[in-house]
Amino acid sequence: MAGNKKDPRSLASTFAGYCILVFFALVFLYPFVIQIGNSLKTEAGAAANPLSPIPDPLSFAGYARAFADTDMPLWLGNSLLVTVIVTAGRLLLDSMAGYALARLRFRGRRALFSAIIAVLAVPGVVLFIPKFLVLNQLGIYDSYTALILPVIADAAGVFIMKQFFESIPVSVEEAARIDGAGTFRTFWSVVLPMARPALITLTVISFQGTWNEFPHTLVAVQNPHLFTLPRGLADLVSGSLGKGTQYPLKLGAAVLATIPVAVIFVVFQRYFVRGANEGSDKG
Amino acid sequence: MAGTTTAAGRGRLRHRVSAVTRENVAGWLFVAPVVIILGLFMLLPILMALWVSLTSWNGQGSPFQAGVPFVGADNYTRLFTQEGLARQDFMTSIRNNIYYVAIVVPTQTVLALGLAMIVNSRLLKGKSFFRAAFFFPSVTSSVAISVVFLFIFANSGAVTNLLGLFGIDGPQWFSDSRGTLHLLLGALGLVDPGSPPAALTSGGPFGLSWWDWLSGPSVAMTTIIMLVVWTTSGTFMLMFLAALQDIPVTLEEASMLDGAGRWQRFRHVTLPLLKPTLFLVLTLGLISTWQVFDQIYVMSQGDPAKTTLTPAYLSYRTAFRSFDYGSGTAISFVLFSIIVVMTLIQRWVMRERRS
Repeated sequence: MAGNKKDPRSLASTFAGYCILVFFALVFLYPFVIQIGNSLKTEAGAAANPLSPIPDPLSFAGYARAFADTDMPLWLGNSLLVTVIVTAGRLLLDSMAGYALARLRFRGRRALFSAIIAVLAVPGVVLFIPKFLVLNQLGIYDSYTALILPVIADAAGVFIMKQFFESIPVSVEEAARIDGAGTFRTFWSVVLPMARPALITLTVISFQGTWNEFPHTLVAVQNPHLFTLPRGLADLVSGSLGKGTQYPLKLGAAVLATIPVAVIFVVFQRYFVRGANEGSDKG
Repeated sequence: MAGTTTAAGRGRLRHRVSAVTRENVAGWLFVAPVVIILGLFMLLPILMALWVSLTSWNGQGSPFQAGVPFVGADNYTRLFTQEGLARQDFMTSIRNNIYYVAIVVPTQTVLALGLAMIVNSRLLKGKSFFRAAFFFPSVTSSVAISVVFLFIFANSGAVTNLLGLFGIDGPQWFSDSRGTLHLLLGALGLVDPGSPPAALTSGGPFGLSWWDWLSGPSVAMTTIIMLVVWTTSGTFMLMFLAALQDIPVTLEEASMLDGAGRWQRFRHVTLPLLKPTLFLVLTLGLISTWQVFDQIYVMSQGDPAKTTLTPAYLSYRTAFRSFDYGSGTAISFVLFSIIVVMTLIQRWVMRERRS
């Protein structure tokens, strides 16, 4: 390694490498800088110098208007409610199913697992209208139930949990069984506590996925009182409120939609990375 | 212990039978919620939609009641064989999506691989920062990021200002429906986009003229292409990075000692080992690019001049805006088959690789 550093050719290529990395880091991060910067400008300021990250004059009017003139508090509340319930539901249901598929010998297990893999391959986009049809038929269209129930379990989560449970040794559970603990008891107080890393991965990807979810809300609800933040934001941009530019307001709303996931990303980055690579395993 | 042997033996047998039953019951109880949810909201919808795609249900009442007109395969044939607006819109959306796929998939794959290789380089520091920076756009809300790009590419917006610094007069991104291939042909002096040759405009397959098929992505579509490449490359970079980290260092060092140049090393050592990941990234890309929806909905709604219309958005619009649920579902199923074909190609290619 030390030898490499003295070699002028590798010094040059190290320098070139940094240049490329810094350039792309700017390309990937500067839009967020512009977003935050312009959300803090006045409307005239954002129009006059959109490229500048520094708000001059500084103005919180965009955020004030986001809370006063739009249903932002409602959207935030709905998003939080749906995200928390869906994430909690997936943690419980996905890990129960994953555990059963990994450990319990029940009839039809193999067929069921194949079916879940098949479900994973169904492209979400072709389910828009079909999902609406079912929600409509069940009489739950346009309700919180429609926002939550269809997504409260997901095949990808089941897959992640199953893979994890298969990777931990059986011996601990067997000890619990011999002690006479029932299946659910074993699962709940012996297996789940061991599954912490997988549960955190599932939590962060469920939170991120549900917080950002847009098309499902489009086919599940139409009442503005049931809008989540992405739905409200899309409505703000493309709907009647979107007339005119009002960029500080829109960018401010977009910042609010980005912050929770950004915070979770910074704190739990390695679990996101794990989640992304789990996704590649199932292919 | 010894005194109860026979009783325990009988007990064990009964215990084993009941244990098997108990495990069956427990197993199904554990998977029941997931089975019900996925069955109700993934499987049942597809079956219901198959029926709806054969009717001309308009969204009133239930599609299963007596009065709903059954139209057979009409909704499908209208997309392919009957002349009319339905076919023209559908074929336009297919054309748009083909160009979108043809540019997004190679670009994001090459960019992801390039970034992964540089990030993986042993001489560089700050790896985790750069990895996080490139990955971050992938985890943010597609709607929020679309709003940001609307601002960045607005008329006299950030990008126009940036291009202005270099003396370039940027286009009016979102209102520019000109095809980039048309522009390119015009710039090369091959064809005048203002008056294309009659041979190209007079006819063509599926109700679109050859000239229309050869438009390339519109300027407006290229902004969506840039946005999507920007958001997805990070995820694919992580996949390449994971694969690169699995390549034994000794292998690279051996090839370095053999005097292999950087390009040769990449071509003959790294690339063959990355092949499975490469195929995976390409096919995941192919599958996801046929599903582009959120960005279209927020940024362009299919405009300008239908040049950002995609099958996914068209199916949504047909059902929920024109209340023609039969046609909308039919478009979904055609899209479904396109994606299934892509998946089958993936399976086939992966099998080739394994044998």
